[in-house]
Amino acid sequence: MKTEKKSVQIAAKPKVAFFDFASCEGCQLQITNLGEGLLDILGAIDVVEFREAISEKWDKDYDVVLIEGSIGDHHAEERLKKIRARAKVLIAYGACACTGGVNGMKNSFELDEIRASVYGKDYKLFDSTATKAVHQVVKVDYSINGCPIYAPELVEVLKCALRGLPYTVPDNPVCSECKLNENVCMYERGVSCLGPWTKAGCNSWCVNNGNICYGCRGEVKNPAKNANDVISKYNLKPELIKAKFDMYNKCKEADNNGNRK
Amino acid sequence: MATANKNLDIKVEYLTRVEGHGNIVVNVKNGKVEKCEFHVVETPRLFEGMLRGRSIFEAQHITSRICGICSCGHSLASIQAAEDALGVVPTEQTIKLRKLLLDYEFLDSHILHVYLLAAPDVLGVPSFIPLIKTHNAVVRRALRMKKAVNDVCDILVGRHIHPITAVVGGWTKLPSKKDLDTQIKILEEMAGDMGETLKLAKVLKFPDFHRETEYVALVSDDGEYPLLMGDIGSTDGKRVSKKDYRKSTNEFIDPRSSAKFTKWSRDSLFVGALARFNLNADKLHPKAKAVAKELGLKPVCHNPFMNTVAQVIEIVHCYYHALEILKDLKKNGLDYSQQVTVGANEKGAVPVRAGNGVGSVEVPRGILHHNYETDRAGMIKVANCIIPTNQNVNNIEHDFAKFLPEIITLPKETITLRLEMLVRAYDPCISCSAHYLDVKFVD
Repeated sequence: MKTEKKSVQIAAKPKVAFFDFASCEGCQLQITNLGEGLLDILGAIDVVEFREAISEKWDKDYDVVLIEGSIGDHHAEERLKKIRARAKVLIAYGACACTGGVNGMKNSFELDEIRASVYGKDYKLFDSTATKAVHQVVKVDYSINGCPIYAPELVEVLKCALRGLPYTVPDNPVCSECKLNENVCMYERGVSCLGPWTKAGCNSWCVNNGNICYGCRGEVKNPAKNANDVISKYNLKPELIKAKFDMYNKCKEADNNGNRK
Repeated sequence: MATANKNLDIKVEYLTRVEGHGNIVVNVKNGKVEKCEFHVVETPRLFEGMLRGRSIFEAQHITSRICGICSCGHSLASIQAAEDALGVVPTEQTIKLRKLLLDYEFLDSHILHVYLLAAPDVLGVPSFIPLIKTHNAVVRRALRMKKAVNDVCDILVGRHIHPITAVVGGWTKLPSKKDLDTQIKILEEMAGDMGETLKLAKVLKFPDFHRETEYVALVSDDGEYPLLMGDIGSTDGKRVSKKDYRKSTNEFIDPRSSAKFTKWSRDSLFVGALARFNLNADKLHPKAKAVAKELGLKPVCHNPFMNTVAQVIEIVHCYYHALEILKDLKKNGLDYSQQVTVGANEKGAVPVRAGNGVGSVEVPRGILHHNYETDRAGMIKVANCIIPTNQNVNNIEHDFAKFLPEIITLPKETITLRLEMLVRAYDPCISCSAHYLDVKFVD
């Protein structure tokens, strides 16, 4: 296969496994959406576990594992720790894994209350804990943010991970990409957008398509220079922006409280 | 093997034990079936709880994340429920584009399911990975078709997984003339692969098993195969408006399964491609009708294994239906003044009121209901989502009860495989259906 020639620089095909936790599984589907390009990736690695495709169980160590989903019950937490113990490199991919994603909204409620609201008086039959991002349970080596992941970034991170090179999630705001894409600012269009506070790397995917940024890639360390101006210029209520940010970033509060591995 | 079957404990567990899994539990004593159950145990993600206090204008974005495979279907059900609550009536153009999106959703999901299931079954391998070497052309075709549908979806709605442009009130970006042309071109280039898919469908072999049940799907009075809008109907002659969706689902909880069970006129009900075919076959696109004839499927078919065949027929229907919409839009042009900027509705682009709305939409695996109650500010007070797989779980168990005695004399391995295939036929969701199962026999 011609794809095997491409991977000669890697001594042996690395053993790669994919696992999913609480998620919509959309990020693993993003991988299948690479189309025939998927075969190039499959040619360069040896997929030893991928629940949609592989029947055998692998009982040795993994060179690279990719984790999708957030952690929301005791069983999942234990399982993730066991996977970590066998993995040389761990990649968290997708918003659920990286920031807790939409599952984090569970943490806005008192746990027993929200469980009972869905399952009634028998809610204790189904174990459920506060949502955690993967890095809040085990050490993470690489992160691919976003809901869903942006496929070109996945390929980039995989390349880095397989070669042992570092990859840094962009820490500039979505606005920087949005401007290059020549979008009219959503604030100019009369609606609020989380772009000034959200990590870029998605090529301002949602704004390019006429929607607002929902903050799925997580908060930048240093918001856009004009972010504070945006708040005053458009007379925004900070609590409204925070409420919007909670959709994907509620788990961050645990980080701020020192609950970080 | 026959003697071993006299006392048989089968426990089939899905490989994954994390986000969601289904177990098959079989217990046979002295040749008599004592237990034959299908359990769904999912880590609750509590979407209905999390939606409380969020704006109705965020519901589409959030509920699309229930399922990566059906994110467009969830979006459309969510938008319909929200607009129903708000009293928004979508324009004809908006509806047309939503129907197009739903066609893409069906194409994407059914292609993935038919290929990941059918190809390995027919070719005698546990998954598609070994086929990369042995049947490279088939795998390439499947991935090529998937990519093509993904590409048209990208153009229409920003991306297939978690669509961007379909929102309450309409579309945040309307396809340009060039966008329409590109979509038509991509679909037309798929024609050859469509033909090959039919050839594959013709060689599929399914167990001969029949059990009468109630088939439930959207029904309507016009001539269009109803996927986006309609009443809820059944092959037992029932028909209710979507407002009364709870009558058709009658959810009840069984402590051994986190999926809520449903029934209507009898013990269980079936939703999905076969239900739609059984109720609405006469409304299929002529090309799809011809394929149904070729594949020998006639309503009312009581063999659940034929759900996969019904999916192939729907692939053909949605393919031609989508092309017709695109050509119609190209011919008559789009009204770009209908493009909306909604966000969290700060501009008041959509008038807000307190309300209670229902969205009932056919998605690849069956009828999907979303129901929201909102306050005067448009904040969600109560949310309820009933997904197709939950509606089918009860039916799968009733199938088991009839099917197992019919195959009880077969070897253990064959019994397990047949039960697995039966579950897969329902296409419960791609992760449940397409991967191989870990089988445990305990004597």
